[in-house]
Amino acid sequence: MSKPKFAMYWAASCGGCEIAVLNIHEKILDVDANFEVVFWPVAMDAKYADVEKMKDGEITLCLWNGGIRNDENEHIAHLLRKKSKILVAFGSCACEGCIPGLANFTPIQEVIDTAFTTVSTENPDNLRPQPHYQMPEGEITIPTLYPLLRTLDQVVDVDYYMPGCPPESHQIAAVIDVVIAALQGKADLPPKGATIGAGNSTVCDECERTRNVKTIKEFKRIQLGKVDPDLCLLEQGIPCNGPATRSGCNARCPSAGAQCIGCYGPAEGVVDYGARLISAFASVIDSDDPQEIDRILDGLVDPAGQFYRFNLAGSLLRGSKQAHTSGD
Amino acid sequence: MTETTEKKPFEPTIIGFTCNWCSYRAADMAGISRMKYAHNVRLIRLMCSGRLDPTFIFKAFAGGADAVLISGCHPGDCHYVNQNYKALRRFHLVTRVLEQLGIAPARLKLLWASAAEGAIFASEVTKFVEDVRALGPLNWNGAEALPEIEKEEVPA
Repeated sequence: MSKPKFAMYWAASCGGCEIAVLNIHEKILDVDANFEVVFWPVAMDAKYADVEKMKDGEITLCLWNGGIRNDENEHIAHLLRKKSKILVAFGSCACEGCIPGLANFTPIQEVIDTAFTTVSTENPDNLRPQPHYQMPEGEITIPTLYPLLRTLDQVVDVDYYMPGCPPESHQIAAVIDVVIAALQGKADLPPKGATIGAGNSTVCDECERTRNVKTIKEFKRIQLGKVDPDLCLLEQGIPCNGPATRSGCNARCPSAGAQCIGCYGPAEGVVDYGARLISAFASVIDSDDPQEIDRILDGLVDPAGQFYRFNLAGSLLRGSKQAHTSGD
Repeated sequence: MTETTEKKPFEPTIIGFTCNWCSYRAADMAGISRMKYAHNVRLIRLMCSGRLDPTFIFKAFAGGADAVLISGCHPGDCHYVNQNYKALRRFHLVTRVLEQLGIAPARLKLLWASAAEGAIFASEVTKFVEDVRALGPLNWNGAEALPEIEKEEVPA
C-alpha cells in the first residue's frame, strides 16, 4: 500500500515554520516513515503542475504557512485546498497574518515604495517590479500584490489551526503523533476547525511569575529599566501580551525575562485579540483622572502595534482605513 | 453604501451603548418627555458601561457603523461602584488605537448622562450626529451597510 501523502507550502512567511518542522529532530524520521512527501518547495523540487495533476483529496496532510499576499498565494491556496484532505493553517501567518500582516497598517503603494527606495535597498534607477513585462522571448509575469494581506481562512476553508511564530517543536511533534495514530486507526482526529498543538488558556496561566492585584501608574519599555525577575511583568508596567494570548508555549518569553508579544494568537473565545488587550491594559491603569490616564497611556508608544503585532490581518478591522482603500 | 447627494443628506449610522442604570434611563426620559432628537443612534443597553468590551466597538465599525457612542453614569455615580472609570480608561486607549487604524477619534464619543438628564442626552446625541455627518461616511471596506431605517414619527 502506498503511504499517505504530505505537503507543506509557504506563502507570505519567513521560512521559520519550515525550520520549526525540521527542529522536531529524529521525529522527522517518523514523518518520512509514515508519509510520502509530494510537495514541499523549501525542501524538495516540485512543480505546481505536479500538484495540478493529482486527484482531488490525494494529499492527506497539508501544512500551510504564510498569509495570502498576492494572486499566486491565493491560486495555490485554492489548489491545495482541493487536493488536500486535511489542510492546516500552520503558524501565526496562516492563522492571523503575523508580521507580514503588519503591512495592513500601510497603503500598498507605500509598502512598495518602502521596499524599493529606503536606504537599505540599492536601487539607483528607482525601478519597480512590473506585473507584466515584454521580453524578446515573450511576455513574463510576476504575481500581483493585494492591498491587504489575508489569512488562509479568509480565502479557503481550513480544517485545523496551529498557532505560533513558529509553532513550538514539541507541539508539532505531538500533532504529528496524533495524525499518524489517527491514520493507523488508533486515535480520532480533533473536530474540524479546532486549534491544535496549543492550550486553551492564556500565557498567564502557564507563567510562573508572581501575580498580585495589578495597578499601573506608568507603562515602561522593558529595555529602559530594571526588571524584577519574579514579579508579573504587566504589574511592573511592562506591556506584556500574556492576558489575551493562547497558551501552549510554556510561557517561554516571560520565563526568559522578556514580555509576551502574542505570537500564539488569541486565546480560546477571544474574538478580537487587540480589543481584549485594550480591555486588559486599560482596566489596570491606576487613575480616574482623564489627564493622568492620557499621561500614563503616553508610555505605550505604539498601542496598535503592541496589540496587533501578530493579529492585524485576523482582527475584526483587518487593517487600517488607508490600507483598505489603497486598492481602489 | 450611503450616497451623499444634495437632495438626501448623508445619514450616519451610529451604534450607541448605554448603561442600564443611568444613560439608558436618560434616553428613556428623553422618550417619555417626547423630546425630539436625531434618529441615527441605535441604542444597545448593557448593564454597565464597564461591560463594554472594546470588541463591540471594533465590530460596530467593521459592520458598517459610522460612529460609536459610549454612555454611562457620571463619574462617582456608577451602580457598580467604579466600573465606569474602566470604561473611561478603555475609551482613551481605544481612541488611540482607532486613530492608528485611520478612524478619526471624533467617531467615538463618551457621554455621561444621569437618569434625569434626558434633555442633555437628546441634545448631545443630536450634536454628535451633526459632527459625524460633517465627517462623512466611514465606508469600511467589505462592510455591508446596515439597511436604512425609515424615520418614525410618533404621534404625540
